[in-house]
Amino acid sequence: MTSEETPVGTLPGTGALLDVRDLSTKFDSPRGAVRAVSNVSLSLERGQTLGIVGESGSGKSVLSRTIMGLLPRSTASVTGEIIFEGEDISGFSDDQYRQFWGTEMAMIFQDPMTALNPVMKIGKQITESLRRHMGMDRTTAHDTAVELLRSVRIPEPAKRFDVYPHQLSGGMRQRVVIAVALACGPRLLLADEPTTALDVTIQAQILDLLEDQQRERYMAMILVTHDLGVVAGRAHKIAVMYAGRIVESAPTRKLFADMKMPYTEALMSAIPRLDAPPHTKLSAIRGRPPQLVNPGPGCAFAPRCPYARDLCSEERPVLRPVEDDPDHLFACHYPVDSAESIEIKDHLRAEQMVAEAAGGGDSDGW
Amino acid sequence: MTEHVDPDPEHTEAETRGVGLAPSVIGTAEAVGVAIGDTVPEDPEGKPDAKGKIGIGGWLAISWLGLIVALALLAPVLPLHDPLEQFSGLASSGPQTGHPLGTDALGRDMLSRVIWGSRASLAIGLGAITFGMLIGGFLGLVTGFFKGRVDAIVTPLMSLLLAIPQFVLALSLVTVLAASADVSDTRRILVVILGLGITTIPILGRITRANTFSWSEREFVTAAEAVGARKGRIMIRSVLPNVFPAMLSIAMLGVGLAMIAEGGLSVFGVGVQLPQPSWGNIIAEGRNQLRRAPHIVIFTSVVLFLTVLALNFLGDVISKRFDVREGQL
Amino acid sequence: MVIPMAGSGTSHLRPSEKPLLTVENLTVEFPARRRKVVSAVSNLSFDLLPGETLGLVGESGCGKSSTGKAIIQLPPPTSGTVTLGNTELTALSGKELRQQRTRLQMIFQDPISSLNPRKNVFDIVEEPLRIWNLGDAEERDRRVTECLHAVGVDVDGARERKPHEFSGGQCQRISIARAVVTEPELIICDEPVSALDVLVQAQILNLLEEMKQRFGLTLVFVAHDLAVVKNISDRVAVMYLGKICEIGPSEAIFSNPAHPYTEALLNAIPVPDPSVQVDSSDHLRGDLPSPIDPPAGCRFHTRCERATDVCSRVEPQMAPVGDGHYVACHHPLITPVEISGSVGTSVTPAD
Repeated sequence: MTSEETPVGTLPGTGALLDVRDLSTKFDSPRGAVRAVSNVSLSLERGQTLGIVGESGSGKSVLSRTIMGLLPRSTASVTGEIIFEGEDISGFSDDQYRQFWGTEMAMIFQDPMTALNPVMKIGKQITESLRRHMGMDRTTAHDTAVELLRSVRIPEPAKRFDVYPHQLSGGMRQRVVIAVALACGPRLLLADEPTTALDVTIQAQILDLLEDQQRERYMAMILVTHDLGVVAGRAHKIAVMYAGRIVESAPTRKLFADMKMPYTEALMSAIPRLDAPPHTKLSAIRGRPPQLVNPGPGCAFAPRCPYARDLCSEERPVLRPVEDDPDHLFACHYPVDSAESIEIKDHLRAEQMVAEAAGGGDSDGW
Repeated sequence: MTEHVDPDPEHTEAETRGVGLAPSVIGTAEAVGVAIGDTVPEDPEGKPDAKGKIGIGGWLAISWLGLIVALALLAPVLPLHDPLEQFSGLASSGPQTGHPLGTDALGRDMLSRVIWGSRASLAIGLGAITFGMLIGGFLGLVTGFFKGRVDAIVTPLMSLLLAIPQFVLALSLVTVLAASADVSDTRRILVVILGLGITTIPILGRITRANTFSWSEREFVTAAEAVGARKGRIMIRSVLPNVFPAMLSIAMLGVGLAMIAEGGLSVFGVGVQLPQPSWGNIIAEGRNQLRRAPHIVIFTSVVLFLTVLALNFLGDVISKRFDVREGQL
Repeated sequence: MVIPMAGSGTSHLRPSEKPLLTVENLTVEFPARRRKVVSAVSNLSFDLLPGETLGLVGESGCGKSSTGKAIIQLPPPTSGTVTLGNTELTALSGKELRQQRTRLQMIFQDPISSLNPRKNVFDIVEEPLRIWNLGDAEERDRRVTECLHAVGVDVDGARERKPHEFSGGQCQRISIARAVVTEPELIICDEPVSALDVLVQAQILNLLEEMKQRFGLTLVFVAHDLAVVKNISDRVAVMYLGKICEIGPSEAIFSNPAHPYTEALLNAIPVPDPSVQVDSSDHLRGDLPSPIDPPAGCRFHTRCERATDVCSRVEPQMAPVGDGHYVACHHPLITPVEISGSVGTSVTPAD
C-alpha cells in the first residue's frame, strides 16, 4: 500500500483513538469507478472533535459512513486502514460491526425522523440496544433510558418514554436520536449534518447538548457539516474535503487565522456575514464539484479556482504541511497567500471596482 | 431495494433537501456526487441511462405481445382451419401434421381456436381495462386533485364497490345483462367487457387517486396556480402526465387479470358463448378432458400465462421508463 | 401603558409612502384535529414600498411561509386584507383574482418539487406566457430565452432537458426564470436558499439581487437564517407564533435588536470565527409552543427571560423604538421612542 499523503494530525504512536490511513472508497458503476473518497488520512484523540467540512458531493458523508462501516459491501469497495483503539476495523464482518456499533462507535444522522422507527415508542428504541448490548434487565434498562432522556434535556422524560417519534418536534426527535446513540456509551460519535434540518435556535441547542455530552463522557466526535460556522466554535480540528480528498486540515484556530486552500477561502467568503451591511455582494465561486469518475490529472478544484494556473490542471498538488507548522496541511500549488494568488486577487478586486463604477456589478458571481 | 449506486451523472443534489439517508441507502447521495457543473449538464452520453433500459425480459415481452396481437388481427387471412370445423375421427387428439396443437373434444383445430380465441380474449382484456381506466382514472384524478367534498362523496362509493367480491359482481352483471340465449356474440362480448370493466373501476380509481393526491401536493402545482392557470388545466396538463405511468403499469396487470377472469366467467357459462372460442372458454371446456386430452388446457394456459407474464413485464418497463428520477430519495 | 387594540397594532404601517403591498390584520387558520384551529398567522400587518425587500424571519412554525402563501392567495387568508398597488386581492375571486396573478409570483424552497418533472425547461418557463396568451410563439421564445439567459442557464443546452437533469441550484435558477417571465411586480421567495449548500446559496442570493435590479422587483424574502436575511433585505420583520414581534430597517434590527426574541435568534447564529466563544447560556431554551393553543399575552413570554406578570396577561402593541423600527414588547431591550400623544393614534415614523 502506498501512502501518497501524510497523515493528518501528527501525534504518532498509540495516542489516537481513531487513526484513518490512506482510506479510499470506490463505488462500481457502469460508467467506471466512482471515487467517492480518495486517500484520506486523519486521526482523532479521545475527547476531541474533528469537523469535516465540504459541500454536497465532496465525499464527507461517504467518509463518515466508511469509518462507521455502514456502506453496502455489494457496491462499495474500501481500501486503507481504519484503526480504532489500535485495531484495524476495516476488515470487520457484519457481526463484528454489530457488536461494535453503539458500544464503541455511534452515529447520528441529518434527519431524525428517518433515523427513528416511526412505529416504536421512543423509550423502547433506547432500551432495545441497552438490553442487547449491555444485557440489562427490563427495569434497569427502563430506568437507564429515562435517565438518558433526562440527560439529553427532554422535559418530563418518564412521561415521554411512551410517546412515538411523530409526537415530538424536530429538535426533540434529534435529542432522542442522540440518546439512542449515547445509550451504550460509545467512545466515538459520528454526527453527520446533525443540525442541517433544524432551525437555528434548535441547532444551537443541539450543538450545545452534543458538546456537553462529549465533555461529560470524554467522547471523541466527528462533526460532518457544510457550514464552517457550525464547526468554528465547536471543533478542535477541521478537515476540509473536496472531490473526495482532504484539501486542507488544521487545528480550528489556525485554519481560520491562516487559510491556505482557495477552496476553504471560497467556503468561508460565501457565508453571508452579520457584520456586513445589507446587499453586500457575496463572493460566490462558479460551478459545482467535479465528477468522481475518471478524475483528470490536475487539482480537482482548478476549474472553479480563481487563482488556478496551468500547473493546477496538469499536476495534482499533494497534501503538504505549512513550512513551520506540521499540524496544518494543505494541497495547493498556489495557496491563498502566495505571491501568485495575491496578484490575481488584486487584479480581480480592481476589475470589480471598475465594474461597480460602471454601474454594472454583474461581472461574476454566477 | 432498488439499485442504489446510481451511475447517472444527472443526479440532483441529494443533500440539498435536508433529507438524511437511512443506513440502508448510504453511499448514493454523495458517492454519486458526480455532479455536472452548475452551468449545464454536459454529458450527453448519460442520457440513455436516465430512461432505464428495456432489457431482455422487456424485449421478449414486447415481441410476444406483438406476435399475439398480430396473429389476432391477421386471423381471417392466415391459412388456418375454420375454428368451428369439426374433423371427424380426430377428437381430442394431440399434435400431429396439419394440427400442430392437436384438436379439441369435438375435433376442432386447436391452433385455429387459440388464435381466433385471442381476438375475444384480447378484446375483453383491453376493453375492460380501457373502460375501467376511463371511468376509474377520471374519478381518481378528480377526487385526488380536488379532495374535499367530491372526494368525500365519491371515494366511499368506490370503497363500497371494492368491498363487493369482484368476481361475483362481474358474474351477476353479465348474467343479468346477457342471460338470454338470443344475445349476439358481439353484444355478449361488450357485456363481458362492461361487467369486468366495472370491477376494475375502484382499483384503478384508488391507485389514480393516491398518486394524484401526492403529486398535487407538489409545489409545481402551486406554482402553476400562482401564474393563474385554471384548476382543470393544472389537473390535466400538470398532474395527469405524472400520474399516467402508474395508471398504465397497473392497467397492464389489469389486462391480464381481466383475461383470466373471462375464463372464470366461462366456467360459469356466462363468458364468451361456445362455439365461438376465447382462451377462457377453451380452458373451461377443456377442463373436462384434462385427463384424456391435457394438451387442450395446457397449450391454451401456456399462451394465456405467457401473455399475462408479458403484460406484467411491460408494466414494469413502462413504470421504469417513465420513472423520472428526481433525486427525491 | 398598554392600549387595548386589535392584534399587534398597525402603527408601523406607512400608508403615506404609497406602498406596493399592504397587508393588514392578516389571519391564517387551519383546521386541526378535534375541531381545534391552528392559528398560523394572527392579525399580522406590514407593508412594502416599491423596490424594497422585506425579510420575514422566524423559527419553523412561526407562520412566515403561511404569510407568504396568504399574500399570493394560495390559499386565501382566513381574514384580513392584502392590497397590491390599488387592488385589494382579498376582495377578488375566480377570474378576477387569476388575472392579477401575473403581478405577483413565488419562488419555493424545494427546487425539485417546484418544477414539473415531466416538462422540459423551456416549457416550464414558457407556461405562464402560454396561459395568458402573451405574444406569439416567436416572441415567447425570445422572452423565455432572455429570462433563462438572465438567470445564468445555458439556454441551448438546457431547453430540451428535464428538471431532474439539473442540480438543485440550477433548478432554483429555472424557478427564478419562470417567476420573472411575466414581469411581475412582487415576488415572494419562500426559503429559496434553505435547501442549498453555502456556495450555491451565495450564487442564488447574488442572482436574486441582480434580478431585482434588472426587472425592478419588490421582494418578500422568507427565511430562517438571519444572516441570509440581513444580506438581502432592506427591512426585516421577525415573526414568532404568527405575530410580528419586531420590524425595522435590517441594519437597525441586527445592530440594535429591541425584542428579546430577535436577540436570541441572533445569538443562535453560528459565527464562522473560532475566536468568538460559544456561550450556551445565551441560547434560547425550549421549543416553539403549539400554535393550536398559543400562550396568552405576549406569545413569547414562556421562553423569555425578561418576562414579567404583565407579559402573560397583556398582548404588547407595536411601538416605535427608532426610525421606522418598531417592537411589540413590554420590556424591550432598547427604550421606546417617546412620541407625545401617541396613545391610541397611529404613529408615523419621522423620516
